[in-house]
Amino acid sequence: MPPRSGGPEELRISGDDDVVRVRQLVRTYAQQTKLSLVDQTKLVTAASELARNTLIYGGGGFARVEEISDGRRSGVRASFHDEGPGIPDLTLALADGWSSGSGLGLGLSGARRLVDEFDLDTEVGRGTVVTVVKWKR
Amino acid sequence: MTADAGDAQRLTEVLRANAESLIDKWVSAVAGLLRGRSTKTELERDFREFFTALLPLVGSDGRDVGGPRFTEIRSLLEEYSRSRVRAGFTPTETASSVFSLKREVFELTQDDPSLHREVLVFSGLLDSLGLLTFESYARVREEIIREQAEQLLELTTPVVKIWEGVLAVPLVGTLDSARTQVVMEKLLESLVETGSEHAIIDITGVSAVDTQVAQHLLKTVVAARLMGAECIVSGIRPQIAQTIVALGIEFGDIVTKASLADALRHALRREGVDVVRREVG
Ligand SMILES: Nc1ncnc2c1ncn2[C@@H]1O[C@H](COP(=O)(O)OP(=O)(O)O)[C@@H](O)[C@H]1O
Ligand SMILES: [Mg+2]
Repeated sequence: MPPRSGGPEELRISGDDDVVRVRQLVRTYAQQTKLSLVDQTKLVTAASELARNTLIYGGGGFARVEEISDGRRSGVRASFHDEGPGIPDLTLALADGWSSGSGLGLGLSGARRLVDEFDLDTEVGRGTVVTVVKWKR
Repeated sequence: MTADAGDAQRLTEVLRANAESLIDKWVSAVAGLLRGRSTKTELERDFREFFTALLPLVGSDGRDVGGPRFTEIRSLLEEYSRSRVRAGFTPTETASSVFSLKREVFELTQDDPSLHREVLVFSGLLDSLGLLTFESYARVREEIIREQAEQLLELTTPVVKIWEGVLAVPLVGTLDSARTQVVMEKLLESLVETGSEHAIIDITGVSAVDTQVAQHLLKTVVAARLMGAECIVSGIRPQIAQTIVALGIEFGDIVTKASLADALRHALRREGVDVVRREVG
């Protein structure tokens, strides 16, 4: 693999394979940022959840991954974009165990617990963007 | 370049009148090219069909090869390429089969200069059709690779019997949902086939467990239980354990063990086998 700059990199999400690719890309950034093994695994797992939601509920979209810094510490930011139906009831969607499909309903709520920052921007009929950040400790 | 209808019609007539000898020479030329890897009978059947579909297209220079008039010949070529790829022919050999007709048509018409312009157009048509076989070739290669990947997936899903009544399946690498599903189905089948009552799912080699993978695991455990078998999940590494907990996944009363060895010991004890250390020496 060529050396990566920390700059943003985007991956299309339109199939099962892409979810795996997103996971691998996030893992590469997490390693490069020298997150601990536990934090790497947490971030990768959160990315897996969000990418799959983008695919299944958002009807596909893309992921953007980048290395960031707030001056004191570095971290990895990953965002997941789709132009799907949006989420009508956020409280419900973020509740543990609620799924409009046949999932465990722990993807969104679980991903939120796995990361340091979690931002969900959604509008019915327009789409959804979920952004997560994991800082290096 | 498109010749006028009259010329095109004359070439069509010539080709039709000489169909038998043309196909014959064409088949011989290609059979020689393929050095006996296709029989003349096979080639003749394919080329005759191809020739019949080609005749109404004479006059086109092949630039509209994607159009509706070409539907039939496209599917013939696709079929031809497909069987060639599977038989291990190179794309060049496949395309040459089409190009070879040119030489025969050139020879047939060389003494009639009034047809040269039309033959040139015809030659362009064959070029386009030959190139089509390249595209089909690439597409069919991809299909084959995908098929093989799927087969490999099944093959590389080792459900092993490690003891009488005890199966083990080590999961490795990146678990996508297709793979997890295959593994789990295979495991359930093997439980039935071997009449085993214990299955160890070892996830030491797994880099991340998300809710979908966990769901597959949970479903398998429940299904196995309904079949009277007990699953033990082993090799949950610390980072995976912490992630599972943070996700909020509950493994409930599923037996988990740190290592495959611990899991085996547990299964054997349940089977009524005691493993004891004896003094050596
Ligand atoms: N990108 C998205 N677009 C639309 N709806 C979504 C999206 N992501 C999540 N949702 C909704 O939120 C629900 C909860 O998501 P999640 O916690 O990942 O559980 P699950 O994937 O198991 O259904 C989903 O069932 C779906 O209705
Ligand atoms: Mg989900």
